[in-house]
Amino acid sequence: MPNYFLTEEQMMIRDLARQIAEEKVKPVRAELDEKEEFPWEIVRILAQADLFRVWVPEEYGGLGGGTLELCLATEELSRACAGVAVTYAGSALGGTPILLFGNEEQKRKYLPPLASGEKLAAFALTEPDAGSDAAAISTTAKKVDGGYVLNGTKQWITNGGEAEIYVVIAMTDKTKGARGASAFIVEKGWEGFGFGKKERKMGIRASATRELIFQDCFVPKENLLGREGMGFIVAMRTFDRTRPGIGAQSVGIAQGALDEALAYAHQRHQFGRPISSFQAIQHMLADMATQIEAARALVYYAARLIDSGEKDISKISAMAKLFASDVAMRVTTDAVQIFGGYGYMREYPVEKMMRDAKITQIYEGTNQIMRNIIAGELIKELASRR
Amino acid sequence: MARIKVIEEKCTGCGACVDACPFGAIRVEEMAVIDEEKCTLCGACVEACPLGALELEEVVRTGMDTSKYRGVWVFAEQRHGKVSGVAYELLNAGRRLADDLGEKLTAVVFGPIGEDAVRELIYRGADRVLWADDERLAQFHDDTYAGVLAEMAQAERPEIILCGATSIGRSFFPKAAAKLGTGLTADCTGLEIDKERRLLVQTRPAFGGNIMATILTPDHRPQMATVRHKVMKEAPRQEGREGEVVKWSPRPENLASRTTLVEFVEEVEETVNLADADIIVSGGRGLGGPENFALIRELAMLLGGAVGASRAAVDAGWIPYSHQVGQTGRTVSPKLYIACGISGAIQHLVGMQSSDVIVAINKDPEAPIFKVATFGIVGDLFEVVPALIERLKRRG
Amino acid sequence: MDIVVCIKQVPETTEVKIDPQTKTLVREGIPGIVNPFDMYAIEEGLRLKERYGGKVKVLTMGPPQAEDALREALAMGADEAVLLSDKALAGSDTLATSYALSMAVRKLGYDLVICGKQAIDGDTAQVGPEMAEHLGVPFVAWVRKVEEVSDGKIKVQRLMDDGYEVLEMPLPALITVVKEINEPRLPSLRGKMRARKAQIPVWTVEDIGADPSRVGLEGSPTQVVRVFTPERRAGGEILQGEPEEVADKLVEKLEAMGVI
Repeated sequence: MPNYFLTEEQMMIRDLARQIAEEKVKPVRAELDEKEEFPWEIVRILAQADLFRVWVPEEYGGLGGGTLELCLATEELSRACAGVAVTYAGSALGGTPILLFGNEEQKRKYLPPLASGEKLAAFALTEPDAGSDAAAISTTAKKVDGGYVLNGTKQWITNGGEAEIYVVIAMTDKTKGARGASAFIVEKGWEGFGFGKKERKMGIRASATRELIFQDCFVPKENLLGREGMGFIVAMRTFDRTRPGIGAQSVGIAQGALDEALAYAHQRHQFGRPISSFQAIQHMLADMATQIEAARALVYYAARLIDSGEKDISKISAMAKLFASDVAMRVTTDAVQIFGGYGYMREYPVEKMMRDAKITQIYEGTNQIMRNIIAGELIKELASRR
Repeated sequence: MARIKVIEEKCTGCGACVDACPFGAIRVEEMAVIDEEKCTLCGACVEACPLGALELEEVVRTGMDTSKYRGVWVFAEQRHGKVSGVAYELLNAGRRLADDLGEKLTAVVFGPIGEDAVRELIYRGADRVLWADDERLAQFHDDTYAGVLAEMAQAERPEIILCGATSIGRSFFPKAAAKLGTGLTADCTGLEIDKERRLLVQTRPAFGGNIMATILTPDHRPQMATVRHKVMKEAPRQEGREGEVVKWSPRPENLASRTTLVEFVEEVEETVNLADADIIVSGGRGLGGPENFALIRELAMLLGGAVGASRAAVDAGWIPYSHQVGQTGRTVSPKLYIACGISGAIQHLVGMQSSDVIVAINKDPEAPIFKVATFGIVGDLFEVVPALIERLKRRG
Repeated sequence: MDIVVCIKQVPETTEVKIDPQTKTLVREGIPGIVNPFDMYAIEEGLRLKERYGGKVKVLTMGPPQAEDALREALAMGADEAVLLSDKALAGSDTLATSYALSMAVRKLGYDLVICGKQAIDGDTAQVGPEMAEHLGVPFVAWVRKVEEVSDGKIKVQRLMDDGYEVLEMPLPALITVVKEINEPRLPSLRGKMRARKAQIPVWTVEDIGADPSRVGLEGSPTQVVRVFTPERRAGGEILQGEPEEVADKLVEKLEAMGVI
């Protein structure tokens, strides 16, 4: 195995995640996809293996790892099934705002159950009329005695309905525009907090995606995350941290697809020889492998940069997500091509990987928005140099 | 402490020992050099050296005076009052060994099984039956079975005792061997007498059947060995054959067991018992799911056979473990074994390769099962098996 | 309840072959794994500890690298591990091995000893029962479930060819377990980190007070004299054609042979 200069602990995390992916996820991935079933059994196994602890600080029951550790685990799980991986990573996405902006009480209350895997988290920003245009959200949080009352709907929330802990971005003051939103920690089961139907998706079908419906849902003031008006800052800083995770998911999907395609090409005989002996296939495989290695390098670099304490991470984070997700889409499409007719059949694993890959170009900020961010950063850098 | 010694004056560095060593523990640097970390003292190199330049340093083994031990014994297992088929297979092997040694063959049996069953043992080749006809031995317990067998062996001093490698045999026989302080070789596929040295030559598989080992118990007696059911053929029956029946009264301490039986729960297999079936149809990973065993069952039923499975199918939860054929399942040797969607990993082959006729149906032309199949069909079992079923139905 | 689990590090047997050129056992680069049946033994030990309290100690007899197997057990949650390793033990057959292990078990102290049904390299299933004899304790082999431990007794289910028997025996005792008993847990990260740092004592023949004439080659009544590759059946005929044709041909041939 190539050396990615990981520490012993990082290798331990990666190897254990890989073992779980191979032994526990692979055998059930087709069924989970077919039945669109939430992988509770795998969640239990991941929890018992301490994998939910990797990104949480030790004082809250975690192992004190960072973005790279989370990326390593996510990548390995994605090799087997992206739906399972996003369930795992999605909980980290929901917990990260609490890690970054929570006060001591909030961290002490919500991080330990996330670390133990006892509870899952979810992050809720997107609405039917507010996707890329996040500032256009219309869920309101009206200040009342002792807290806030939430009204509105969130759409396409990963782990929606299954998670117990939700970080919700809502408007506290419409007049303030981008400074008018706030972040709240909301628990499943609270009065006025319900769920819509489970969405039927093209891919990552094991992952539960639901609408969140707030109807006069009271949230105590202790659950305001950060200060009023910081909502979008919470969201943006969270995504900066978690985007490499989507990059890792993409790298994993692509690697899984390459592994399958390579094995198949070697075993499939046409014209009296294995198709892996034809240059056309060899070039495809070479390009796939190179792109994956490049994406991996970028994702690991972004993760390491974040973990080093660097503040200016928006650009690199967006680049990692952008590049890796585009690679995943290309590689999985090529993998189906290499499999030929068999690649199109549900019996073989690659068509699922291609269906799974698509979402990585869309969620946690579309790749178009990623390009906007990167260009914006480039121009900022130019301006600051002047 | 024992080790292999290179006699430097005799060694020419020819390397015959290097070739013979199964563990890669010898290299030649002008002469043979033994890597003590890897050497297991098996002695293969000593035998292979043409110049006698290797010797296994004298190992002083405190054994028994082997000349005082005579006779071949077979433990005839009974379960719920019925003698198991494996006993007749052991009598077959035992008869051959006894004849080679010029000794008597004794069947040892525990429990009140009745005169007819005892006589049957004689019809199957036993010259003598040692019968511990006691109610307390009807139910198998390790303490009593090992205790009584050891008691008998200590008194009578047989040179060989064979036992079936069944749930019962593999449990109490090692305990008896430890009691007697002697060697036991499990799952023998071959048993011969080395007449020159008057030794039982035991052959058995190891490493999941990937290799075979030949084993001796040179200095200890009795030489004990177990044999799996269906590995050897049953002894032919000679009605009216004469023999001696000796009743044995075990010592009271050997009739007491520290384990007590609370209850026995029978788990009957739905179809023909796998172990005794003449025809077995097995399904493997290629079936894809539990519901497809219906196809296997249909074919089995048409042929009047039993349903078997590979470990992959059992591990996936498609069919209970009682149907598993292979290293960690049953060993079978039916007249006909049809393997559907089974790749033929060595661990499976070990359990069925002594079948008379093997038919393999698999999509993958490279599947190892085709190397042992009498008839191989490269194709989709979901097309071939239904076609077979149709054809068999038309037979009428 | 103090539990000792005896485990063995074995080569992954699917990989073991004899090189046809050199007739040697190709063992280079073959990973050592914890004997699969021993994983069930470790898991059962952990479950009993969770149910009844106490400690789980893991013991193995082997060369220095067998330590890896012990660390895997620690990563699953075992409390302590001991490696019994001594050149004098080389060449031990099951009688010598079970004797040595039982001396080490005596030194560790125990209420219950748990072993896997058999090791996948030797496949004898003898060490467990022989250990029970050396220790002088009752045992039950092929345990598929531990029903209960109470009043100094253990109640278990023994898997037989025709069903299962429920048996009870007093502690201290020994059991060997089969795969049906449980589903072994994966190691946890905290477990792996703890295992990495653990100090594993190495015991010699002298440490356990074993009689040197009863271990190693000297203490082994059985001796391997030859190792060879088994004769494989030769492959037969491949039947070609459409499913209906092939089915026809096959039935004809089997009828002709008198098999059906």
